[in-house]
Amino acid sequence: MAKNYDAIVIGSGHNGLTNAAYLAKAGLNVLVVEKNPYIGGATVSRQLHEDWLYSNCSYVCSLLRPEITRDLELPRHGLQIVPYGGSLSFCSNGDHFGDYPDHERQYREMARHSVRDANAYERYAADVMKQTRLIRRFLLSTPPDPTSLKLRDLREMKRMKDAFTELGEEGLADALRFWTMSIGDFLDEYFETDVIKAHLAGSGIIGTALGVYSPGTAYVLLHHYMGDVDGTVGAWGFARGGMGAVSAALAASLQSFRGEIRVDAEVEQITVKRGRVTGVALTSGEEIKADIVVSNLDPKRTFLNVMDSKDLPAEVVTKARNFKIRGSSGKLNIALDGLPSFNGIPSDSPLMHTDMHVLDSLERMERAYDDWKSGTWSQDPYVDMLIPSLVDPTMAPPGKHMMTVFVQYAPPKVRGEEWSDADRDAFGKTVIDQIANYSPDFKDLILHCEVRTPRELEAEVGLTEGNIFMGELTFDQLLFNRPFPGYAQYRGPVTGMYMCGSGTHPGGGVMAAPGANAAREILLDLRRPAMVPEAYADD
Amino acid sequence: MDQLKPHDPTMMRQTPFHSRVARACEINQWDDWKGYTTPLAYTEVEQEYFAIRNSTGVFDLSPMTKYHIGGPDAEAFLNRVMTRDIRKLKPGRVGYTVWCNDAGQVMDDGTLFNFGDNNYRLCSYTRVMDWLQWSALGFDVSIEDVTADVAALAVQGPTSCAVLKAMGCAGLEGLKPFGLTHFDFEGVELMVSRTGFTGDLGYELWIVPEQAELLWDRLFAAGKDLGIRATGGEALELARIEAGFLQAGVDFVPAEEVVRQGRSRSPFELGLDWLVDLDKGVFNGRRALLEERMHGSRYRFVFLDVEGNKPAEHSFILKGRKEIGIVTSAAWCPTAKSNIAFAQIDARYGKAGEELIAEVYYQRELAWTRVLAKCRVLRSPVFNSPKRRQTPAPDY
Repeated sequence: MAKNYDAIVIGSGHNGLTNAAYLAKAGLNVLVVEKNPYIGGATVSRQLHEDWLYSNCSYVCSLLRPEITRDLELPRHGLQIVPYGGSLSFCSNGDHFGDYPDHERQYREMARHSVRDANAYERYAADVMKQTRLIRRFLLSTPPDPTSLKLRDLREMKRMKDAFTELGEEGLADALRFWTMSIGDFLDEYFETDVIKAHLAGSGIIGTALGVYSPGTAYVLLHHYMGDVDGTVGAWGFARGGMGAVSAALAASLQSFRGEIRVDAEVEQITVKRGRVTGVALTSGEEIKADIVVSNLDPKRTFLNVMDSKDLPAEVVTKARNFKIRGSSGKLNIALDGLPSFNGIPSDSPLMHTDMHVLDSLERMERAYDDWKSGTWSQDPYVDMLIPSLVDPTMAPPGKHMMTVFVQYAPPKVRGEEWSDADRDAFGKTVIDQIANYSPDFKDLILHCEVRTPRELEAEVGLTEGNIFMGELTFDQLLFNRPFPGYAQYRGPVTGMYMCGSGTHPGGGVMAAPGANAAREILLDLRRPAMVPEAYADD
Repeated sequence: MDQLKPHDPTMMRQTPFHSRVARACEINQWDDWKGYTTPLAYTEVEQEYFAIRNSTGVFDLSPMTKYHIGGPDAEAFLNRVMTRDIRKLKPGRVGYTVWCNDAGQVMDDGTLFNFGDNNYRLCSYTRVMDWLQWSALGFDVSIEDVTADVAALAVQGPTSCAVLKAMGCAGLEGLKPFGLTHFDFEGVELMVSRTGFTGDLGYELWIVPEQAELLWDRLFAAGKDLGIRATGGEALELARIEAGFLQAGVDFVPAEEVVRQGRSRSPFELGLDWLVDLDKGVFNGRRALLEERMHGSRYRFVFLDVEGNKPAEHSFILKGRKEIGIVTSAAWCPTAKSNIAFAQIDARYGKAGEELIAEVYYQRELAWTRVLAKCRVLRSPVFNSPKRRQTPAPDY
């Protein structure tokens, strides 16, 4: 007879594993089911070419909540995050802008472009920090229901109100502006130099089907600034061994609490009887019973694919249909025969260890978005590329390198048609040509290249349209509106059904907060002791 | 031999005096000041400090941020930015001033040089280009960062006038405090201002970078028998605390860099009331400062004479058992022989002569001691040399 579980988590992405780890830690019998033959979802390291490891979806780490890392003992389970500093944008005229991690060096480089911008950066950094501090304190907590009179919700609403009050008049006004403005408009208020604006604007459009002048993109920038590595807010790092090291550590933590994982186990349906979940049915025909089913899938897949709409309130089905989860990104993972050289950057420059970008004006970035709107990938694409093998010796053989190239924009469909293999190859060529504009020997060094369009991301990882955040990070879909109003506290519309993916608060990125927050709610419903740690004070 | 790296303007910079500074720096105590390699100390901090107080200390202040402000509206513009009435700053004079953001919170302090004909130089610790440009809307002014174009030395101490006269600055003794004058130096202009950060007789020399090394050499040759000595950042820090000068980033957070609400300070809260002219017309922050004048300030800045000889660094200030403030700068002052602290306290406390308590922690061989040291609020800084104001300036 099949074993009965207390809880089944669908999807072994980092949030599914985090959720399961906390449930298992609380003493529940937990099973994680994963459709792929490997775990991790979009937090994976894959060996697709001989001795190379690719972080072939997510590729850098900052948002992963330190409270969870520590609480689930991820370092003991093998996780090491190595911070890298700075970033770099290439200009079409052969120049560049190097955003050094050292403050004075950054000033000198910025002043090379504009003394005023270099000085304005202080004001910009302070204003951005004010806003990230506001958001950071809500990452590891369940959003309040603003209409509820439950003590818990009232208390959380008060905490929110206090946080806003603390910002002062100007900070409060800025918060509203930040959550609604475009990153282009915001940066125009501080800076005059095209490449500096373009450089900073990148964080506002990554993973987002919006342009630099679309309202809402200023918040997306905050989302990329609110993480930290060892307390340095805004810093990013590499997971040693690729992003799969995060999943591997979470899985090991889960297993240390006797949680189980089954790969090659794709869920056909969450089974429901009389308004209660009863378990899951796999595509293999097997049924597994549990009183609690947690979906780490995105809201569309959860409510439109693995649930029967007859089991759901019509309102939820409609909201899931309307949920905004547009595909906008692609990814190239490249094995290189050696270190490529870049225009104007010595090979031993610390800038080689940073994230590198190519567009040097907001104009070009907006045009890149125009292509997306026309239903094609950007002809002059924005890329966020890194060479993790410069820092992490596990990624490629000595002297060889691995390059991860995130690409904005790639549409979910090409002029209304499904992506074809020819489209994918043409997309890859566009990106490689773009990089070669700034790196003369780049093409000659390519040994292997994995090209992933929204089609591959959806088919392989299961992210609808390949949206990396499991739903866009616009204000209409944040906080107590994520994924939709009335369902932001991780509970689904059917008893025993929960959501723990990035489609819930506080959203995407390898943060693990949605998974942990969902576990907190489940344990609360089960009247089990709270297991999920409180957030560190951020004063 | 290793190949030299191609010049990268983002790497550490050296001041125009660097070859001389590096030679004089015998103990390898270096710091990064605004991206420039600068010495914390050359030989021994206390000896350097006493050169400032007893003979002549020379401090390379080239990294100090410097702006040239010119154009038909320069005076009107500066009057709009600064809290002081800049119209009263005559050509050939230098003024100490602060500037605020629109909320009346201090962004920085600095010195403003009036060269005449609507030409000014602003020297500040923090960089202020963005704020100057921001405030320049509607004014016909040019603002240029000239930090790297001007080499500067502070020559401070009782024999500083004698040293400079021996170097050829004839008649310098007649220059009044906050005055400026020019000399010919090897065919280029040497500007000398009677200004400084030490509270004593002292001058600052300003010259094009090309002549910097020669200036250093001539200066030290002239001062050889007058006790001249190169002084680093640590000696200057002692002197400025003794003399009661504020330091941006230490004694206050520049207002536009503040992240947490309420952490900035107004000029009134920093004891700089005398620099604020509310009657001169519109200036940045005036409205907020008028309001503060009416409703009172949150904090009071005080100099404290702390009992005992342990510097009250980072101490809480107590009234009875109640915590009423914190110390921002503290040092044992070797000339005044007193233990001085700058504190920001609840504005309800801190009248001159009031007794407060500093919670001082100090460590000796890993053992920590906590002392509740009595302290007294002072009326003025402890070091107040009459030579600072004396004209003609004395020779020693």
